[in-house]
Amino acid sequence: MKNTAIKITAPLTDKVVRSLKTGQKVLISGTIYTARDTVHKRLYDLITRNKPLPIELNGQVIYYAGPAPTKPGYVIGPIGPTTAGRCDRYTPALLKLGVKGMLGKGKRSTEVINAMRKYKAVYFAVTGGAAALIAKSVRSIKIVAFPELGPEAINALVVKDLPAIVAIDCRGRNLYESGPKKYRNKVKKEKK
Amino acid sequence: MRTIPIKTVIDTVADLCRTANNNIGGDVFKALQIARRKETSPIGREILDQIIENHKIARSKKLPICQDCGYAVIFLEIGSEMRVRGDLYGAINQGVRKGYVQGYLRKSIISDPLKGGNTDDNTPAIIHAEIVPGTRLKITVAPKGGGSENMSSVKMLTPGDGIEGVKKFVLDQVLSAGANPCPPVIVGIGIGGNFEYAPYLAKKALLRRIGKRHHDSYYARLEVDLLRSINRTGIGPMGLGGRVTALDVFIETFPRHLATLPVAVNLNCHVARHKTAII
Repeated sequence: MKNTAIKITAPLTDKVVRSLKTGQKVLISGTIYTARDTVHKRLYDLITRNKPLPIELNGQVIYYAGPAPTKPGYVIGPIGPTTAGRCDRYTPALLKLGVKGMLGKGKRSTEVINAMRKYKAVYFAVTGGAAALIAKSVRSIKIVAFPELGPEAINALVVKDLPAIVAIDCRGRNLYESGPKKYRNKVKKEKK
Repeated sequence: MRTIPIKTVIDTVADLCRTANNNIGGDVFKALQIARRKETSPIGREILDQIIENHKIARSKKLPICQDCGYAVIFLEIGSEMRVRGDLYGAINQGVRKGYVQGYLRKSIISDPLKGGNTDDNTPAIIHAEIVPGTRLKITVAPKGGGSENMSSVKMLTPGDGIEGVKKFVLDQVLSAGANPCPPVIVGIGIGGNFEYAPYLAKKALLRRIGKRHHDSYYARLEVDLLRSINRTGIGPMGLGGRVTALDVFIETFPRHLATLPVAVNLNCHVARHKTAII
């Protein structure tokens, strides 16, 4: 049983991505980038119009998150994951440009999983509702793109040992499917 | 006739907004610890460990438990022999503004549903008021996050659908919600009333203390049955598989029109927040 967390550093190499298997607990250090719905749409528009992007995507790890305000004395407010699925339609294009890891919560679409297999990327589940705990692993925050979007701007977060779980690996093995299947008791489906 | 000062309302609401967001209820915390003991999935246990650790951090450092500090949903019991000199709803909204700004809570309310624009102070609150006998004002602030709210649903069943129809609707809703409402969830169910009343019952149901059963044994049994069925789906903590998918199921009922059987399911994530004060 994969019970010990392994340490990995962002940006991620292909070698590390290939070595990560579904169900593996990880502690992520290095630099990750927050990006939510609006930013995804912006990046997607730039990509489809062949315009230059404000950040280099190759090797990077994206975190679907929008933090609470920062209290004085803290680096960042509580910052748990938001539902990744809302960014599914923009994701294959980002994976094609080299995004290697995504941190969020909830299922991903078939198109995203196929793109993860094709371009070698991994999707990590971060625990929703553990936002203050996650914030403890953030060492610094810097706006790097789209400052006019305020809280929805792309932020570079330097993190140390952010806890996550490989939910879907680069071979498409999906814990959102295999997990519940393993624990499902034989329940007779109620037909109307 | 007893008069309550506006300032007391404002300060009480502000305080409840902050404490609801930082300090999880003792019953929920205990239920999470029990869930941790019951959970056999190693990943599920890791997730529950993080959730429990997070509550300790949020409480001691006065930080919000979740970055989604929710819509300020407020239940009032207004004593008929009490009055507030001035604008009660205005005071409540002022309290929400004060609590969310001073408490460093996230402002998540968009002023026009289609045109956009953040209100920047998490107002307006959604206020549900009932007038009761007496001289007191009871205020419950129950911040409700968007993720679990998105996974909620109402359906106009027919009376012929009966209890089996209710069970199927609830179970189907939990299954299709899957990981999205951040399981383990608390399930609020409203049965009866009208199209708009069943969802209100479902939300009110979420205020109940974990472990407290419906006073009618028929519905108490249904609550236990549904909890068992939901935990057998295997969805588990954060939908990654496990034995604990729901911490509890609460049903609220009301008389219905003879031609209808409205049922509403309001899912709450494990960050089940509500704090009450009586003025």
